[in-house]
Amino acid sequence: MDTSDESLAAAAARGDRDAFAMLLDRHYDRLFGLCWRLTGDRTEAEDLTQDICAALPAKLQSWRGEARFATWLYRVAVNAAHDRRRRAASRTHASLGWGAWEVNRKAANLEDATRRDWLNGAMAALPQDLRDTLALTMGEDLTQAEAAQVLGLSEGTIAWRISDVKKRLRALVQEEATE
Amino acid sequence: MTREPQDHLDRLTRALHEAEPVPDPEARRKAVSAAMEKFDEFHQGSADPARPNQDHLRMSAGFLKGVRRVFSTFTNKPVLAATTSTAALCLGLFVVMPQLQTRPPALSDHSITTDTVAPEQPATDTALTRQRESLANTLEANISTPRSAPSPAGQTMPANVTTSPEAAESQAVADMAAEEPAMNSAPTSNLRPPSLAERSESATGDFTIGFAPPSELIVAPQVSNTEAFANAAANPVKVAAEEPVSTFSADVDTASYAVVRSSLMAGALPPADAVRIEEMVNYFPYDYPAPDADGAPFRASISTMQTPWNPDTRLVRIGLQGRMPAMAERPPLNLVFLIDTSGSMQDANKLPLLKRSLRLMLDQLRPEDQVAIVTYAGSAGEVLAPTPASDSAAILSALERLDAGGSTAGAEGLEQAYRTAAAMAGNGEVSRIFLATDGDFNVGISDTDALTDFIARKRDEGAYLSVLGFGRGNLDDATMQALAQNGNGQAAYIDTLQEARKVLVDQLSGALFSIAGDVKIQVEWNPAEVAEYRLIGYETRALAREDFNNDKVDAGELGAGHTVTALYEVTAPDSPALLNDPLRYGADAGPAETAAELGFLRLRYKEPGETTSQLIETPIPSDSAATDDDARFAASIAGFGQLLTGGKYLGDWGWDEAIALASESRGEDAFGYRTEAVSLMRLAKALSGE
Repeated sequence: MDTSDESLAAAAARGDRDAFAMLLDRHYDRLFGLCWRLTGDRTEAEDLTQDICAALPAKLQSWRGEARFATWLYRVAVNAAHDRRRRAASRTHASLGWGAWEVNRKAANLEDATRRDWLNGAMAALPQDLRDTLALTMGEDLTQAEAAQVLGLSEGTIAWRISDVKKRLRALVQEEATE
Repeated sequence: MTREPQDHLDRLTRALHEAEPVPDPEARRKAVSAAMEKFDEFHQGSADPARPNQDHLRMSAGFLKGVRRVFSTFTNKPVLAATTSTAALCLGLFVVMPQLQTRPPALSDHSITTDTVAPEQPATDTALTRQRESLANTLEANISTPRSAPSPAGQTMPANVTTSPEAAESQAVADMAAEEPAMNSAPTSNLRPPSLAERSESATGDFTIGFAPPSELIVAPQVSNTEAFANAAANPVKVAAEEPVSTFSADVDTASYAVVRSSLMAGALPPADAVRIEEMVNYFPYDYPAPDADGAPFRASISTMQTPWNPDTRLVRIGLQGRMPAMAERPPLNLVFLIDTSGSMQDANKLPLLKRSLRLMLDQLRPEDQVAIVTYAGSAGEVLAPTPASDSAAILSALERLDAGGSTAGAEGLEQAYRTAAAMAGNGEVSRIFLATDGDFNVGISDTDALTDFIARKRDEGAYLSVLGFGRGNLDDATMQALAQNGNGQAAYIDTLQEARKVLVDQLSGALFSIAGDVKIQVEWNPAEVAEYRLIGYETRALAREDFNNDKVDAGELGAGHTVTALYEVTAPDSPALLNDPLRYGADAGPAETAAELGFLRLRYKEPGETTSQLIETPIPSDSAATDDDARFAASIAGFGQLLTGGKYLGDWGWDEAIALASESRGEDAFGYRTEAVSLMRLAKALSGE
């Protein structure tokens, strides 16, 4: 299909049903992947993705085509994930995903950590802003500059955050080694 | 056995990719169909956005079905804020439908309600009404805080279910308002008893603002309006012989007026709880005589006039004028802006407006002033270290970089701001924090009491706090009030750049320099001259009589150049307007022979930094008649506020009289504030369907 995301989005915003369907079809999987990386929980990610999709018809009205559609979409997703998190946090102190794992981690025995547990531990050990940065940059199709655009930060900040992630990971590995 | 850092990142990346689940086809199908339904509904619903009224009529069953399906797909989990605009749109449309179709609430309406709020609702038509009522009662019963009962809408705003052109017009305005996400109407609208549904559609959505449904009932909190307003029942008429003393705290806040304006501009009458009459009256500058240069920091002017809405009573106006210190000698300012950069702040009337407002304010600062910026709930932390105002380039670029929608729930924003403020303040200097938010006070201390205590403690250490509210929909007016009152600051609501100019430029010195603290006002009425009295407004500022002399009890601050106006409506003993009959067995003490005195005014205040209050006493002469424009204009605004809240004491006096009185008493009106008030009154008149 040659039609660009951007022209599809513009058509969808004007009410073109097929264009909208095509746009959803193209982006659902990647959007779900991002939501999963943002939340760390499958069910959460499915709900979040669905909510974002359902919000798109209205949101598209404010799409001005100043950025790549995917960049814009990810920004919508990051904001949505952030709002959802805030709501979850204010509704109840129990949280899902990476955060809940952090709670469990304290009780769990790390000795026989599987790879999956290492991932959870590493993600949980990172502060939220670094996790979000990773969720975007670890995705297959965003450059650092685009991730910066999504998060509304400068490229330098993203680079700094990535190096911060590296630092923290190193510390984590060292901690593991000494345990 | 450490490896290269790059390896760790690679390892994490690989692990992330490997752990990433494959999208579940069923979830995908559900999401896509939910989105398509939403799409159809959206584009059907907004086919002719310029004439929403007509559209609503056209779409009946199909539309409702669509909405129902949309809501049922939302599940019971919170829908994210991203959906707010769409949700608000269809709810807005939905809310007005029962009235327009003039048929009993249909099953389909009900399903929507229950899908959103109470899934276990039965679906029979007869049970429906009962259920609705009981749920509404539950909601009402659960309204927390001593807020006044839901707006006495029945009195003020006659039902608007007519077909007159004017009603249709205000309907259209209301609908447009409903489309705006910030003004969204909550699904709780539908939970109200059917009798309420008969009321003005233009107000339906907005009336629910005052409701604070228990959180467990809000399954879609971002669709409902989470605004909370501080208010109390209107001051009643009191009998001077029984309760001769009236005590209250000065209030220089003006937030209520701006909230009222923003509601009206959006095409809806403000919720009655949002109307604090004294803040509306005090919004306007009045030209009272300035205090003597070496006397008290403010001066009281007293005058009386005939009450516009009642020829048999009089209005006593007490006007305080704060001193305007010589600005050339003012100490350097230490300002910390604590800015909410949560995702919801990205609307044009929030963060962007805030940036423009602060840019305006920067021009008012001196080179030796210092500015710092701390953010929370977004890109967290200190964004701008204390910077001299002369380095405007650095400040402006820091402002420019602020962006809503970061994703860190910054926990210690407020404490960080106070730390920065403490570091900035030189010896004996005062620093001030401006908290700018759209209502999310998730600033790290979750317990409101702990938060106000914290702010009060910091106030005593010399760091003051003012609150600037932006946007609508989530505005926590009650908390704003509480924070600013405890922080020796002002709570202002900024809805337009003009308002920003008023608060941050024209009246900046008042916002920044306190000239008198804990200003308390006490009036003792002389029963020989005044049989009944009523303080108009100041409900949230009432003080106990004994608190007047208690210097430990906090009260409002007066800033440089501020004016405070209080209006009493008083009734003479022989007036036909008396509302209370004399007591048959009342103690007839025989009032002291102090004729020609209506009462006695006592004022207490503290010089900045002092802990002991000073007392000013002055009689209220009965012959101080004044009909200056300021007094009449203040009276018209007090009437405006009362019309918005029920107008219990106004008799036949209505919008036309208020408009006429305000227009003829506009005076010079250098800033155009009063002219704007007159147009707001006209708007309110149209919206109230009169």
